[in-house]
Amino acid sequence: MHSNSSQPPTGALVHHSPWEINRRVISALFLREMLTRYGRNNIGFLWLFVEPMLFTLVVVGIRSVTRSIYEGTIPMVAFAVTGWPSAMLWRNMPSRCMGALKSNRSLLHHRQVRIVDIYITRILLEQMATTTSFIVVSLILFAAGWLMPPEDVLKVIGGWLLLGWFGAGLALILGPLSERYEFVAHFWRPTMYIFLPLSGVAFVVDALPHSLQSIAMWFPMLNAIEYLRDGWFGSLFHAHYDIGYVVTFNLCLTFAGLSLVRQVGLGPSEE
Amino acid sequence: MIRLTNVCKDYPTRVGMRRVLDSINVTVQPGEHLGILGRNGAGKSTLVRLISGAEAPTLGTIERNMAVSWPLAFSGGFQGSLTGADNVRFICRIYGVDYQPRFEFVKDFSELGIYLNEPVATYSSGMRARLAFAISMTIDFDCYLIDEVMAVGDQRFRERCRVELFEKRRDKAMLIVSHSHRYLKNVCDRFLLIEGGRLEDHNDFDEVYFRYKQLIGEGFESREDMVAAMDASTPEAQLRRERKRLRRLAANAGE
Repeated sequence: MHSNSSQPPTGALVHHSPWEINRRVISALFLREMLTRYGRNNIGFLWLFVEPMLFTLVVVGIRSVTRSIYEGTIPMVAFAVTGWPSAMLWRNMPSRCMGALKSNRSLLHHRQVRIVDIYITRILLEQMATTTSFIVVSLILFAAGWLMPPEDVLKVIGGWLLLGWFGAGLALILGPLSERYEFVAHFWRPTMYIFLPLSGVAFVVDALPHSLQSIAMWFPMLNAIEYLRDGWFGSLFHAHYDIGYVVTFNLCLTFAGLSLVRQVGLGPSEE
Repeated sequence: MIRLTNVCKDYPTRVGMRRVLDSINVTVQPGEHLGILGRNGAGKSTLVRLISGAEAPTLGTIERNMAVSWPLAFSGGFQGSLTGADNVRFICRIYGVDYQPRFEFVKDFSELGIYLNEPVATYSSGMRARLAFAISMTIDFDCYLIDEVMAVGDQRFRERCRVELFEKRRDKAMLIVSHSHRYLKNVCDRFLLIEGGRLEDHNDFDEVYFRYKQLIGEGFESREDMVAAMDASTPEAQLRRERKRLRRLAANAGE
């Protein structure tokens, strides 16, 4: 008969505080997700920086040829570097959260894993990946002498956090909705391509005609990007933003998202 | 103790909601071994998922004062691109237990050797089942959920699972879903039969099995017939019949 000399000690299931359990579950999920996505070889991680780098270079290239928008007072590298990563930040989180539950449903058999943990993990991972790439790209461009450091770092961080919060709120809404209605995932892609140019990736509000400015200000991500850019090169252009509006919008998104996450847990599941 | 009070579970179908479980009440005491029987689609696995907490009931409440396992040998939770060792590490992390002794145990019990460092996606279904069972044994629970577990692996592995589960952990509560009557009869001391969303609680195996056989349309004339048929299908009985047949053949050849 087989011997089981290495039988682990019994009484393993330690009861911790809820906070401790949450922390443990999310960090375990995080590591699992990271290994799955980037693998053990670090080349997968490299694309995180290469992609925004390429975009930044392309934008800088195009702008130095055309040089039309805003009479060329805005430093093009800084403009591009604040545009693309910002859009990636709020765009990728919902994309990652859609269908996340379906592929992780079996984890719910472990009592301490809750649905919201799955979403939080994906949001955190995306948040950290995009932030890292933002910082690394900025540092590289700074080292190359193409980028001036931000005028007000706190404003940059604030704008970045607001964008991240917006993305997280959107992800908490679209994630559960995509679980219940299949069309959500199909609509997200075209919708996103409409919103992406409107979110300020490629323009500043002040360059718009007056009639369009008031409409553009309805987009919370545009407000946040303007704030971020105000922090980076605010002395060179006139930024338009309403932080109170963004915070209110984000709060509503988060609240609606969390309640949808609860509802999806009560619904039926397929396995 | 696990207590289900007036638990209902609905699933949407093309023709509206279908109530799979209809206000069922059941209590599982520590150390009790419950066998769950029912036709395909009667709701056995749904009951297991409700008790494990993977799904919420539509109505009613589920109280758990015991640590309840995930369904044993359940390999759906594995991430294919991760290695066996990664999956052990993940389980240890979410349950907050030491990795090293448990990894040694899994290595020992699953006999997967170097494959533990390969992605689970490359495993055969048998290897996956061995990993799943071994991982399930690394965490101590008060109640084990067992959904058709013994259908996996070769004879030797099944025997080792039996020892690990029904001998070393015989004092733990267990909920066992199985179609194997021999298995249920030997292990369980109480039986639940699910039919039409309702739960029948039985203490006598022959009685519940007779009901079950009637439901699946293989009914016996009487309970006595059924018990006789079941006895006739034991390995010992088969061996007796085979010996008899050989003796008869030998006698014929001798003539």
